Amino acid sequence: MDTTILLFLLQDGLTNGAIYALLGLALVLVFAVTRVIFVPQGEFVAYGALTLATFDAGRAPGTAWLGLAFGLAATASELSSERRRVGLRRLLQSLASTTAVPLLAAAAAFIVAPMRPPSWISVLLTLAIIVPMGPNLYRIAFRPLADGSVLTLFIASIGVHFAMTGLGLVFFGAEGVRARPLSDLVFSVGPIPVTGQTLFVYAATILAMTALALFFGRALLGKALIATAMNRLGARLVGVRTEMSGRLAFALAALIGALSGVLIAPMTTIYYDTGFLIGLKGFIAAIIGALASYPVTALAALAVGIIESLASFFASNFKEAIVFTLIIPVLLWLSLAHGPADAEEGH
Amino acid sequence: MNAPLLEISDLHVAYGKVEAVTGVDIAVAEGAIITVIGANGAGKTTLLNAIMGVLPSRGGIRFAGEAIDQTPLESRVTGGMCLVPERRELFSGMAVEDNLLLGGFLRTRVERAQTQEEVFTRFPRLKERRRQLAGTLSGGERQMLAMGRALMARPKLLMLDEPSLGLAPRIVADVFEIVGALRDSGVSILLVEQNARAALRLADHAYVMELGCVVMQGKASEMIADKRIIETYLGGTHNADLA
Repeated sequence: MDTTILLFLLQDGLTNGAIYALLGLALVLVFAVTRVIFVPQGEFVAYGALTLATFDAGRAPGTAWLGLAFGLAATASELSSERRRVGLRRLLQSLASTTAVPLLAAAAAFIVAPMRPPSWISVLLTLAIIVPMGPNLYRIAFRPLADGSVLTLFIASIGVHFAMTGLGLVFFGAEGVRARPLSDLVFSVGPIPVTGQTLFVYAATILAMTALALFFGRALLGKALIATAMNRLGARLVGVRTEMSGRLAFALAALIGALSGVLIAPMTTIYYDTGFLIGLKGFIAAIIGALASYPVTALAALAVGIIESLASFFASNFKEAIVFTLIIPVLLWLSLAHGPADAEEGH
Repeated sequence: MNAPLLEISDLHVAYGKVEAVTGVDIAVAEGAIITVIGANGAGKTTLLNAIMGVLPSRGGIRFAGEAIDQTPLESRVTGGMCLVPERRELFSGMAVEDNLLLGGFLRTRVERAQTQEEVFTRFPRLKERRRQLAGTLSGGERQMLAMGRALMARPKLLMLDEPSLGLAPRIVADVFEIVGALRDSGVSILLVEQNARAALRLADHAYVMELGCVVMQGKASEMIADKRIIETYLGGTHNADLA
């Protein structure tokens, strides 16, 4: 192997690693705030990619309908959990928070899609359709179980994963698709050709991480999320609603997922069930970060990306096996270093 | 007399089938310090948690003229109630300053800045340590931070659960002095304490709880001289101290 191939592999690994890093961060965030191990994280990637590709084909994506359905279901779940009689005002208020954005996004999608909009409009519409699914899913599937154990939440999470994969098949079919690149730019750095799309991946990753760091470091709302993660009762006692934190965490996770999907859609062929494997690699990074450390997760994700890309060159048959085996020594080390894990965090 | 700020009537709280609080009636007048004393396990902490909405309960809870027994915890905070729990429940991994900021989560930016100054004046120690992580504070400082965080919400009613627990006697005196000063600034206080003597000296009105029931109540100044109280809660042999 020569240097050129190595550089190729490294570039490829870093690009994928950047995506895994984003997904890993989302997993850590969701777990810290809600104790949900968010298996369907990858589905948001697939939904994002497939939705964008559908726009590219000049059609309005079925996920627009799905988003609406999620919104209505979330309102139904929200109102049915309330003990008081529900008035019209409360109904409208709930619909505004669950269904307004999906409704607007769906309407825009059906009007704009046949006009073959420029990429950036398709991307924005994709995000507008997918992101509200996050908080609505939280409301439907996880909020009613909020007091359950990590295991209960995990089982619900797996259920949501299967449901979303199945719905993905319904709305997008079994065909794999690739979206238009956001830019046709190609140039070379030394022997390595660099595409505009990889630059977008790096820029978006750095931007997203900076934005997250600022949000958690500076904004009161970000601190409220961390507070919920640190001490749920303490956060409630200062008036931070667990429900608000959960919705926000899921919205961020959906945003990160959809954004990742939009970024990789032009680089690899995405099927309705591709998301799971991608999300799982982010999950490995999150585990290496012990589902707690953001920086360790981000670095681990880059390592996962690079190892995967090297493995696909040297032992392509074992590519996934090698990547997923990584988790074993890490789990061993974590359990030896910290003793038997306490499944239920206590305050 | 005006209607009390907080009115508890026939409150029951159960853990599974075991009732920890059985039919308690309590009232907190505006601007007063009310104390609930009693032995370990009498149900005092359970009572406070139920009033705040941390635990579900049966019975009447009226706050500022409104029935709030069905209101969730966070809405009770919005309404002006604040609990400093026995375990403080601070955000240990965050700076003192951030803990305070979050205390004012429901307030506007201006109110937060203003209240933070007041809290720093009341607790100069917190100002010195504003950048330190809450988890690194001493027991007394943690209690001060918990109280400071609660004050950031600008509560009408402040509920304190064993504020003296685990603190050195000198710091206990400081804490009680601050509680008195808070009352003078217009905050009503519901104080649960095992340190009955200090609590009775400070309070206007007192309730004694035993096995989940209120067994005695009265003016704190009279209770402190009551023979039964002295024998049970103040230690009969220390009678001379009271003079």
